[in-house]
Amino acid sequence: MKILGVNPFGFNLFGKKLVTEASQSFTFGRRAFFLGGAQTAVGAMLISRMGWIAIAENEKYELLSESNRVNLTITPPRRGWIVDRRGLPLASNRTNFRVDIIPDRFQNRERVLGELTSLLKLDPNVVDRINEDLDKAAGFQPVQVADDLSYEQYAALSVRLSEFPGVAPAQGFSRFYPAGPSVGHLIGYVGAPSAEDYQKTKDPLLITPGFKLGKQGLEKSLDHNLTGKPGARRVEVTARGKIVRDLATRPDTPGHSVRLTIDAGLQEFAGRRLGEQSGAVVIMDCQTGDILCSTSMPSFDPNSFSGGISHLEWQMLSEDDHVPLRNKTLAGLYPPGSTVKPMIALSFLEAGLAPTETVVCTGGLRVGNRVFHCHRRGGHGTVNMHRAIEQSCNIYFYYFAQKIGMDVIAAMARRLGLGQKFDLPFPSQSYGTVPDPAWKKKKYDQDWQTYDTVNATIGQGYMLVNPTQMCVMAARLATGRDLKPHFIHDGKRHEGASMGIPLDHLTVIRNAMKDVVNGGGTGRAARLDIPGVMIAGKTGTAQVNALSSSGRGNAGRPFRFRDHALFQGFAPHDNPRYAIFTIVEHGGHLNRIQDAPMISGDCMTYLYDPAKAMEKLHEFEKGWGGTPQQRLERQLNEFRIAKGLAIAQPILDNATNAGTPANSAVSEHAADTAEAGEPRGEDAQSTEIPREPSPVTANPAAGSASPPALTPQQPPEVQ
Amino acid sequence: MNRLVPVPEVIARLPWGLYALLGAIACFGSIVLFSAAGGHIMPWAGMQIFRFSVFLVMAEVISRLPHSLIRMSALPIYGAVLIALILVELIGGVAGGSQRWINLGFMQFQPSEFMKVAIVLAVARFYSILPIPQTRTMTAIWPAGVLIGFPAVLVLIQPDLGTASMIGFGGLTVMFLAGLPLRLFVGSGLAVAAIIPVAFSFLHEYQQKRVLIFMDPESDPLGAGYHISQSKIAIGSGGLFGKGFLNGTQSHLDYLPEGHTDFVFATMAEEWGMLGGTLLIVALMLLLRWGMRVAQQTDDRFARLVAGGLTTTIFLYIAINLMMVMGMAPVVGIPLPFMSYGGSSMLTVMLCIGIIRNIDRNRETLGDRWR
Repeated sequence: MKILGVNPFGFNLFGKKLVTEASQSFTFGRRAFFLGGAQTAVGAMLISRMGWIAIAENEKYELLSESNRVNLTITPPRRGWIVDRRGLPLASNRTNFRVDIIPDRFQNRERVLGELTSLLKLDPNVVDRINEDLDKAAGFQPVQVADDLSYEQYAALSVRLSEFPGVAPAQGFSRFYPAGPSVGHLIGYVGAPSAEDYQKTKDPLLITPGFKLGKQGLEKSLDHNLTGKPGARRVEVTARGKIVRDLATRPDTPGHSVRLTIDAGLQEFAGRRLGEQSGAVVIMDCQTGDILCSTSMPSFDPNSFSGGISHLEWQMLSEDDHVPLRNKTLAGLYPPGSTVKPMIALSFLEAGLAPTETVVCTGGLRVGNRVFHCHRRGGHGTVNMHRAIEQSCNIYFYYFAQKIGMDVIAAMARRLGLGQKFDLPFPSQSYGTVPDPAWKKKKYDQDWQTYDTVNATIGQGYMLVNPTQMCVMAARLATGRDLKPHFIHDGKRHEGASMGIPLDHLTVIRNAMKDVVNGGGTGRAARLDIPGVMIAGKTGTAQVNALSSSGRGNAGRPFRFRDHALFQGFAPHDNPRYAIFTIVEHGGHLNRIQDAPMISGDCMTYLYDPAKAMEKLHEFEKGWGGTPQQRLERQLNEFRIAKGLAIAQPILDNATNAGTPANSAVSEHAADTAEAGEPRGEDAQSTEIPREPSPVTANPAAGSASPPALTPQQPPEVQ
Repeated sequence: MNRLVPVPEVIARLPWGLYALLGAIACFGSIVLFSAAGGHIMPWAGMQIFRFSVFLVMAEVISRLPHSLIRMSALPIYGAVLIALILVELIGGVAGGSQRWINLGFMQFQPSEFMKVAIVLAVARFYSILPIPQTRTMTAIWPAGVLIGFPAVLVLIQPDLGTASMIGFGGLTVMFLAGLPLRLFVGSGLAVAAIIPVAFSFLHEYQQKRVLIFMDPESDPLGAGYHISQSKIAIGSGGLFGKGFLNGTQSHLDYLPEGHTDFVFATMAEEWGMLGGTLLIVALMLLLRWGMRVAQQTDDRFARLVAGGLTTTIFLYIAINLMMVMGMAPVVGIPLPFMSYGGSSMLTVMLCIGIIRNIDRNRETLGDRWR
């Protein structure tokens, strides 16, 4: 059996053909031809392969070649400034030197980190943080080694850069807040974008070292405006990363500057004037609705956030019972207390109550089965509207409120801005509550009770408002116009429209408020020492819980159970220009100097005579241990010691100034004020290190806004 | 033909067409090396053109040797190179991780290069001695197998996969041309395909890695696949007309490794594009066609086998190198003739040219005529 000439049983490897020279030569010819053909075929195949790579896939490889060759570096845009109404910077930029590590290119971690530590004198904590960051670094995200280096350090590192692959020194800008803590809540702060921010947009700018996002306050709300367009630097690099030449550099476009309605000097003054208290001051221009000052204290130093806040400082701030991390002006809600009484009186007038109607205050009034007391146990006797406001008589309001009803009061409260949402550029705001029967039904499914009305007339119970709303109320009471608060200076006057409140009604209220301060009322501490300018206002005390209404005085209670002290008002009383609201949280009226009325009065004084107000403040600050910035630093230092993390180090070093006449004079005053103020045992040494008063000029635009906290080595000025 | 300038007969009879082709390729190679050096004659372009000139003279000298000398010395040369290969194993210096060189004091001697020529000569000589009727017997196979196997294994253990396969392919080509039964080649081709996985496990780790990376260079673009990735980027980004002379970025910015030696084609293609690449490949193919024509026009058994075998050796250089730079073969370190900088490979190729030229000159007078 044969298949195709092959014998299956004895397979012949070599075939059976007889080979002759001629046949072999023929075979050679055929095979050589085949070989030549095969070579040509391979040649053709190579050409087509090349065509595939070079023409069909040209675009892909062109791109790869470009991305090899060109290294694009993004330069973060300079952030727009935030300036006050006169153009003074509240947030600016300053050049800083920075060092980052690009984890992808980083080699020999142990050695290089060791060298960097000694070169830049890094703290062991910082080294731990870098190691931690490097461990979880995603490769693309640069890890910051150090920020705010001195030029010498920066230069020393730059010289030795070739030894540290993956270490990238950079020159950039960091945010700088000249006024420090007093603008903390208002301006907010910036920080490096988080990984989540990057995941959301995949914007390469977000992972550029040195780029900062607004994280809080106006920095966050106005972020879009403030962030400019990034610059870019395209360089040609070799495979080893050496830069061959610059291809193109596009400078960054700085962000827009934002002009605020804030008066930097006033803002800082108010912050400092709040002293050691936890509180807020909001001041509004009655002609325009401009917010001149929106201060919440104590505060944090936004400068410490812009470079990444230390864990310790954060811990200290979050543990503080004065809640320095809450913006009290917009996110703090308080019972307004008696400060609502002028508003309630106005609603009475609207409802037809004659201002001459009287009630006899005996110190208490039975409502249902409960007796509600006046703050003066003995009673005020016969009280009309004027006297009720002036003396803050509760009984008058209890009595007429029951007759007139809550709906009228609530409508007026809302008309004047309480519980209202204003379109303000702040990320977190609380709007509070103006209760009425419908609200209570909806919220608690309970009927409105008479005692609810009674509570609301003295600004207690369900009523909760934020300080900005209270300032709006003061401004609307002062003008009768529906002024709205503004933070952004847009060059327009937002005078507001008349609210249709008869002038004679307003006059009754204003006169009563004038006498609260300038007559025999409860707010005498707010009196101004400015010729021809009288402040009109209303004080308030807001009980925090049931315990505070018990017989024990404020001083005997723990801090968090003490009453809030409040003050709202405007000046001048006859032609209102500025409206103010001040709250001292848990102040309990224990300290006259640091109580709401006097703080309000001094802030108003600053508007008319900055020099005078500053002089008074300097005296006070000697007793308080310096400016908020200094106290914050000392507090941090004490906190560090308490945590056993550091040895006490004097933060303020004014030893060179000791013994100068100015200082000895200062010390005496400091002792006086310390006596007048709250007893402060732990601050005994603080009188030894007083701050030098900064030069204060009569013109608030020029000198007063310069933050003294930033020029600690200023020569002493004898006054 | 009328000539205005009288040219001596000796010079006029030189193969000007061939030399023009070689010269053109070598000059183009030098131009590329000039660019690869960042626009400098030194260190590569000048040396390359100098070597080419020297080796061209050498080739001309070889072409004028008596053909019988080449025929008679074929086996002795093979023996000498084989001994040198064994010496390399014993005393060779270490270069690039593998033993390939003997330092002769004045130059680095690389016997495996010469083996590429010697194997062709030796196998061809064997078949010219073998009585024709025995072509299809076992006698025609095993001696050739030994002749090829010995040096191929020696080179493989150096280890130099590229050269070993060139020696193997060169010898096999001569066997193929000698008229061994076709089924033998088909059968062993299938057998090789079957044992490749086994052979793979015997390769050095770095060779295995190269083969694996070749299958998927993008899997490790920064590591072992770097060579092929960057080479493809260079070729691909050249496009149709290239980026222009001295404008290649892949080579000038050091992204392309070995841009003046094994990957010189990528350097060229980046600047001269598809156009330059096609012209170069066509020119090299013309050279191969010349070699194969010499083989086909020769009646002498030894001579035509040598011509065909040596042409195939040159072809193997070209094919392996180009497939490598275009990502179709693993990175094995075979240079591109006339283009890659280096003396050894040019010497080998010019030896091949010289011997083929010798055959071309003498084919009219060679014996063994059967027609």
